[in-house]
Amino acid sequence: MAGSLGLTTNGAVQPKAAAPISRDRLLLLSPALIAILVFLVTPLIFIITYSFLTPGTYGGVEWVFSTDAYVQFLFERDLFTEDLVFSNAYLSIYSRSALQAIVATVICLIIGFPTAYFIATRPVSQRTAWVFLITVPYWINLLIRTVSMLFIIRDEGPINHALIALGVTSEPIRMAYTDFGIALGLVYSYLPFMVLPIYASIERFDFRLMEAAYDLYSDRWTILRKIVLPITKPGIIAGSLLVFIPSLGSFIAPDLLGGGKNLMIGNLIALQFQGSRNWPFGSASAVILMTIVLIVLIIFARRRAQAAGH
Amino acid sequence: MARNSPRTLRRYPGFRWVAGGCLLLLYGPMIVITIYSFNSIRSITTWGGFSFDWYLKAFNNPNIQSATANSLIIAIAAATTATALAVAASLAMIRGPRFKGSEFGFALINLPLMVPEIVTAVASLIFFLAVGINLGLTTILLAHIVFCIPFAYMPIAARLEGIEGFYEDAARDLYASRWETFRYVLLPMMLPGILSGYVLAFIISLDDFIITNLVAGPGATTLPLAIYGMVRVGFTPEINAISTMMLGVSMIFVTVSYLIGRSGAKSKGS
Amino acid sequence: MAGAVPGLSNSVALGIMKPPSTDQVAVSIKSVVKTFGEGPGAVTALDDVSLDIADNEFFTLLGPSGCGKTTLLRIIAGFEDLTNGAVFLYGDEIEQLPPNKRPVNTVFQHYALFPHMGVSENVAFGLRRLKHDEAAIRSRVSEMLELVQLDQLADRLPAQLSGGQQQRVALARALAPNPKVLLLDEPLSALDLKLRQAMRVELKQLQEDTGITFIFVTHDQEEALTMSDRIAVMSAGQVQQIGSADDIYERPVNRFVADFIGDTNLLEVKVTGTAAKGAVTCETGQGIKLTCLPAGAPKKGDRAHVSIRPEKITLTQPSRAKDAIPCTVGRLIYLGTDTQCLVNLDDGTEIMVRNQNAHGSALQFGTGDKAALKLDDGAARLLMD
Repeated sequence: MAGSLGLTTNGAVQPKAAAPISRDRLLLLSPALIAILVFLVTPLIFIITYSFLTPGTYGGVEWVFSTDAYVQFLFERDLFTEDLVFSNAYLSIYSRSALQAIVATVICLIIGFPTAYFIATRPVSQRTAWVFLITVPYWINLLIRTVSMLFIIRDEGPINHALIALGVTSEPIRMAYTDFGIALGLVYSYLPFMVLPIYASIERFDFRLMEAAYDLYSDRWTILRKIVLPITKPGIIAGSLLVFIPSLGSFIAPDLLGGGKNLMIGNLIALQFQGSRNWPFGSASAVILMTIVLIVLIIFARRRAQAAGH
Repeated sequence: MARNSPRTLRRYPGFRWVAGGCLLLLYGPMIVITIYSFNSIRSITTWGGFSFDWYLKAFNNPNIQSATANSLIIAIAAATTATALAVAASLAMIRGPRFKGSEFGFALINLPLMVPEIVTAVASLIFFLAVGINLGLTTILLAHIVFCIPFAYMPIAARLEGIEGFYEDAARDLYASRWETFRYVLLPMMLPGILSGYVLAFIISLDDFIITNLVAGPGATTLPLAIYGMVRVGFTPEINAISTMMLGVSMIFVTVSYLIGRSGAKSKGS
Repeated sequence: MAGAVPGLSNSVALGIMKPPSTDQVAVSIKSVVKTFGEGPGAVTALDDVSLDIADNEFFTLLGPSGCGKTTLLRIIAGFEDLTNGAVFLYGDEIEQLPPNKRPVNTVFQHYALFPHMGVSENVAFGLRRLKHDEAAIRSRVSEMLELVQLDQLADRLPAQLSGGQQQRVALARALAPNPKVLLLDEPLSALDLKLRQAMRVELKQLQEDTGITFIFVTHDQEEALTMSDRIAVMSAGQVQQIGSADDIYERPVNRFVADFIGDTNLLEVKVTGTAAKGAVTCETGQGIKLTCLPAGAPKKGDRAHVSIRPEKITLTQPSRAKDAIPCTVGRLIYLGTDTQCLVNLDDGTEIMVRNQNAHGSALQFGTGDKAALKLDDGAARLLMD
């Protein structure tokens, strides 16, 4: 076989310079791309445009350019003097959301790493079953999972009933409709995203390194800190991003478990189109969320490219 | 058990319990709600006996009936369309040499996974209203098709990548036209991936709440929207029953998809 | 449909029958150039290749990895366009035809059996695409399976067959449409040694029985030498030599062929004059005089190489005879039928000698012994490049 020419198995050489796409392939590819361009990319362009317009009286927009939607994040117009006064009302929603997302990420990491490690050190036959069990919840309706979480943690739910019956407490412990509830919901929602990438990197981990470290007088926990964690860092970072990003923009967990009082970005955005009806502000919030996500992804991609470069 | 063996030396005390706790957290609430869905009385504290009453009640609820019908119609239509688009796209992306803009094509196909769902939801809402498409089943379907594409594409593309090019060469060599090569060789070989992609697209569509919630408009209700509406009013055992059914359906579909994928992976290597 | 090839009579007829042997050219390759890619990254896989393959011939393309042999085969099959030149099949230009319109079938390196079809469906595939009627397909399939002795396994899936059985199915599938030319892309490379040796004999027999022109690609010289009517030795996208097995082994035209086929000793020499029967005399840098048959037309004073096969040298006791070359015995390697001996000439040049153990000659020596080399008549061949 003409291997030295860089032939693939079917003998076609992959030229360095990519050729223009052939007509047949373009025909095959375009339906999917057109669907996404028309029904996703165009809407995204619309939302960016709307974020620079003036709100209409009953929802909608007026086609007058304005940056008010963005100014509104930092300043409030004083009712009497019409002056712009610094206000952290919306900023605090963003920082609260980020904080909730970080808390959820950290808890997921604390649960996810040992779980992933445990799975990766099972015999191969058991690993598949474990991975399957961790994967299944991801594919199960997030709304229903959150509803079932709400069902068990609410004041009248089985957990509080059990605690009262056991005499641990006389009053129900309030878990639903609190920040704790939201954090729990986020962890519950996105935990599989943390476990799976960490598992993937621990599974690739060469356990002979561990034996080498034992041989060089390390104990278990030193090995964990000095050997296992640094080597599996890419998986940990990937898992953390996969939890942090959807948590930041989450809607269902804060809506149901926060009881609509403890707003997060997702709820703030939806509210502008359902209740408050300030479309430009809602659009601007969505654009800001998208930008944050994009920046996080770019930083991550850069880091990974750098790591690959070394 | 040996004190020193490769396995015991790798073990960390407590990790086993965390892993167990992780499963408990993931499955506990779902198991609890399933159990309560069979409790004949409304009580949280007492077990009134095993019964299907709440299921019957849910089945007979006209709102649930129409929402279920809507959900199924949309899931079938969205999954079918998205799968067809994904099969065509995967053939273009994976067969033949790299072409100019292939990274762009790949990024576009995966874009629905990158954009936060809430952003997609409000952007779609604005778009549909701006271009004058009435909110309803149509808008739900259009939005679902788009976010189902990457879910259908992933397993199909993975499968196609695993099929060596020489099978198509062999078919062409044996007098098959391009279409016959696809019809008799590539399509049957891709089938496990296509089924897997279809099933994933189907459950993703069936489960979607956030996007559907915003683009549904007043008239059209899907099952998740109906459940959400009921939960807002207050918990009833009926909700437990519907939820359990949806959990069951998702569970079955994921397992089926997993088994198809595994059998596909097995038959591939010979 | 294969019959659509202009000028070709119903090309894919059923039935195995040996056509009368003719001197007709089956495949003609004319100045074919194939480059992959464009600009500075471009790779030339075939660099002006021309050759004719006769009807009913077992023709082998032999060469190392990357020499272009597989690319040439794929061009004949229609899987690659050519950059320049022309390909003729029984006198008709076929470049414009897609692979499914060429009355040519391929046995693929990894067999490429369709994994979702049983053995008989694989064999029937080409016949179905050619729209033969069901009864004809059925009888042809059983005929082919009988031919490759797989009639018992007709309903198995490819994954349930051994490597050797898969190989036979691939052969039956490619032969079923009775192609004008059968292309074989290293079909034996995935088999183990014993099976490979048995298949060589079978393939040759099959070719003789069917009378179909076989074009066989391999990097294994033993395969090429044992089966082929003619062999084209290829290197770096060019044909180095075309000839029978005997031709390329005994009369290589250049250093590449001499070195690639079998083992040889290559010595740098200068042409000093002519001798009888077209032979020339030459001399190594250290003054060893040799008489050799030249490839090409050397002139006095030309620098060239002499190739001497190790089995055409005999190791003898030190001798003062004019044609005896003194040497020192180095490492002896016992190979069963032969003993291989590395000897050093006085200037340090290492020469490989291989003598049959029947003679026992080499075994009389030990490392460090003084000895002499005696060349068989015509052992030395002068190569100009």
